[in-house]
Amino acid sequence: MSRIQTVFEKLKLHKRKALIPFVTAGDPHPKFTVPLLHALVEAGADVIELGVPFSDPMADGPTIQRASERALKHHVGLHHVLDMVSEFRSKDANTPIVLMGYGNPIEAMGWETFARRCEAAGVDGVLTVDFPPEEGHEAFAHLEKHGIDPIFLLAPTSTDARMERVAKQARGYVYYVSLKGVTGAVHLDLSAIKVKIPQLRKRINLPIGVGFGIRDAATALAVAKLCDGVVVGSRIVQEIENSNEQNVVANVRSLVKELRQAVDKA
Amino acid sequence: MYNFPDSNGHFGPYGGIYVAETLMGALEELKLAYEKYRQDPEFIAELNFDLKHFVGRPSPIYHAKHLSEHLGGAQIYLKREDLNHTGAHKVNNTIGQALLAKRMGKKRVIAETGAGQHGVATATVAARYGMECVVYMGSADIQRQSPNVFRMKLLGATVVPVESGSKTLKDALNEAMRDWVTNIENTFYIIGTVAGPHPYPMLVRDFNAVVSKEAVVQMPELAGRQPDAVIACVGGGSNAMGVFYSYIDMPGVKLIGVEAGGHGIASGEHAAPLTANSPVGVLHGNKTYLMQDADGQIIETHSISAGLDYPGVGPEHAWLKDSGRAEYVAINDDEALQAFHDLCHLEGIIPALESSHALAHAMKIAPNMDKDKVLLVNLSGRGDKDINTVARLSGIAL
Repeated sequence: MSRIQTVFEKLKLHKRKALIPFVTAGDPHPKFTVPLLHALVEAGADVIELGVPFSDPMADGPTIQRASERALKHHVGLHHVLDMVSEFRSKDANTPIVLMGYGNPIEAMGWETFARRCEAAGVDGVLTVDFPPEEGHEAFAHLEKHGIDPIFLLAPTSTDARMERVAKQARGYVYYVSLKGVTGAVHLDLSAIKVKIPQLRKRINLPIGVGFGIRDAATALAVAKLCDGVVVGSRIVQEIENSNEQNVVANVRSLVKELRQAVDKA
Repeated sequence: MYNFPDSNGHFGPYGGIYVAETLMGALEELKLAYEKYRQDPEFIAELNFDLKHFVGRPSPIYHAKHLSEHLGGAQIYLKREDLNHTGAHKVNNTIGQALLAKRMGKKRVIAETGAGQHGVATATVAARYGMECVVYMGSADIQRQSPNVFRMKLLGATVVPVESGSKTLKDALNEAMRDWVTNIENTFYIIGTVAGPHPYPMLVRDFNAVVSKEAVVQMPELAGRQPDAVIACVGGGSNAMGVFYSYIDMPGVKLIGVEAGGHGIASGEHAAPLTANSPVGVLHGNKTYLMQDADGQIIETHSISAGLDYPGVGPEHAWLKDSGRAEYVAINDDEALQAFHDLCHLEGIIPALESSHALAHAMKIAPNMDKDKVLLVNLSGRGDKDINTVARLSGIAL
């Protein structure tokens, strides 16, 4: 059983919802990434989405764009991100890591090399924002060969046919984008999520995480009630942005603890 | 018979639909709408009417006799897209897309722009058809192309400066995509070049193909035959695809795309991914040759002309290069600038700096060709927008 599957099985058994925080690798500085990952786990993260910096993050709002820019100032590329995961994995054998980003850095490395290195480093899943199943099937075959789960997004605009298409290729969990827009947007439409989740459940036999637009403990709780996991990205990245070198790890830890407590009320 | 792209938007290994899930539905909707209306006699009639009466088509072909004599070789003919309403080929496409938007019930159009020509062409048709218009433009380009910024504002468009990344065309495209994903229900994204996810490269090409459809009729009338070579500048590559398209199935006609060589290919400061053989990658919804570093990060490009300052290139050009049907070369900033001045002096035509690249290449090869050889250059735009840039480079304050 994969690490992602194990985590969701265990949560289900205890009737808990997953908390899935996101941070960008190399933000605010490469030396903080591994300590931040451990802090996320200590604060109650079940799965971690680790952003791979990209020069042209088209699906991201300004907050995560700036995180990418800060990381790229230190030339954090895919090689470094994989090294960071290895280092994290040497002290944490259980918390799944999902790499999230855009396809081009992987294209540049080559999918087979990438998948092999993911396996060696202890990466569990890969979410490539701009590779829908239609274009990615060859690429995703490399991932599966090395036991890496391809994670997919679904959106309010996804038709039934698209949900079925994604269901065929998705592994681990699916990530439902709660709104039409980029990461970090403010308008969360809970009633729309309420309608969509049962439609997804009918077609997809995997845990469903919901993200985009979760700003605080209250929205995290509201969303957690409707699905299997809550993804929080921009809010955490904002905390990193507003902290200094001395308090960044502590600040992120206390924010994630707060979110954990909220999600556990669901 | 040339028949690209395939039904999923692939030109060989290039093109495709590399976008976030949120956009997939909208692209499918656009594909279906285009399939329907491209054959609809009413749509075609409305498009042709506006191309004739609003744009002023057909654009003439002009024999640049003085320039040809001066060079002493092949005869140079210019396809005068610079004479179109709004001053460039861009309007051929924006009219087509705006008419699609109208039929799809979208009341708001958005666009990205580099040199500002596509932004002006979009603002123009938005005014013409009564639509709200928002144009994204890199703040570096806003500096370089201030007359076009004011033009867009006069036409009622909102111009949004983009401060991220290199503050040029690629960043404007990122920002327009973000807008589209957020406002997908009421907004039509008018992409200005033969890039982006399918069906954009195909439909932008098709709307610009009017250029070569006219040329294949005009050239025999004027020159007595088809040209030996067709030459066009390539940034994203829309004017080049337009002037190439009807010639692709004529093997006797050479197709030459001219990229922006900037300070020279060897300097690394250019915008010529095809000529430099850049690695293949994925950006803005399609797979193509792409200027990038070893980590797959997109690198900053350089060109004297904002309209060519783009790290990728339309996927169909990537395919035409690999298949050998077209040839791609680069012209440096200083060569383009020289061609700009030469056309001003010798023919009384002020060309756009973008088009000056195509012209410079024609001027480079013409002297080595016989006088009965014929080159057709797509003069894709006029240079009024560039006079500030040229004045600055000449040390003149306007």
